[in-house]
Amino acid sequence: MAETRLYSKGRVLGFERAKRTQNPNVSLIKLEGVQTSKDAQFYLGKRIAYVYRAKREINGSKIRVIWGRISRTHGTSGVVKARFRKNLPAKTMGASVRVMLYPSNI
Amino acid sequence: MPHAPKSSIKKADKTVDIKGAKNGGKRVIPAEKAARFYPAEDVPQPKASRKSPKAASLRASITPGTVVILLAGRFRGKRVVVLKQLESGLLLVTGPYKVNGVPLRRVNQAYVIATSTKIDISSVSIDAKFNDAYFGKSGSKADKEFLEGAEQKKAALPESKVADQKAVDKAIVDAVSKTPFLGQYLGSTFGLSKGQFPHAMKF
Repeated sequence: MAETRLYSKGRVLGFERAKRTQNPNVSLIKLEGVQTSKDAQFYLGKRIAYVYRAKREINGSKIRVIWGRISRTHGTSGVVKARFRKNLPAKTMGASVRVMLYPSNI
Repeated sequence: MPHAPKSSIKKADKTVDIKGAKNGGKRVIPAEKAARFYPAEDVPQPKASRKSPKAASLRASITPGTVVILLAGRFRGKRVVVLKQLESGLLLVTGPYKVNGVPLRRVNQAYVIATSTKIDISSVSIDAKFNDAYFGKSGSKADKEFLEGAEQKKAALPESKVADQKAVDKAIVDAVSKTPFLGQYLGSTFGLSKGQFPHAMKF
């Protein structure tokens, strides 16, 4: 089957935090293949989808999405901060996330 | 009692005879009754906005004839030719239909990646009739018939639109067939594979 992926892969690392307090409004995302904050600049503004399955069907689908956007870079190694429409639940730490290629600027 | 729709024509005040005890005279019934309830204090009205949205300016990488990748929507992943930018700022785009099944369509440039592949369509003149109104949704709310909805939804594409598509595509397909592999390129779909990262790719 030909490639159909139109998103970049990312992982949720956790919430924005200091040593002992965290801010669940902002999630940290590690983007695959991005190692510097300069490269991460490309992804600013891009929309992110956390896709998950649930038992109860809503509007004919058991698949649900939490949408968000990449807001800024974090540190120097390509990690990125993102805000979601509804904050990500804590169980998503370590989970995969889809970083869409839109809104595009190229 | 069903609520009658408000008419735009102002109803005139009615003058009615007074019957019964005070028989003889007339009284005026105002066309619009005063409201039964109103707030104790005057409610502040929100100010009307004086801002109006401007059409997005075209990116330098997108010119008429550029091959562009659609990122979202029904035709996501398809490579498609840009014809021009419409008044609203949206891009007018076509497959061409014969090549990859994408019809004349509007698309927002934020949902598109411009490639460096360009087709020369300077000889193609795009009719001024292809504007935002041409693509706008047809049928007013009055046409909504819930009970008959299912049958009417899949109305066949009007002949004129099919003919329009063919007319526009003719010149473009000619230009496409001149370049080797361009037809196959436009027919193919874009997708990311392992080890490909968009920030490092040149489109």
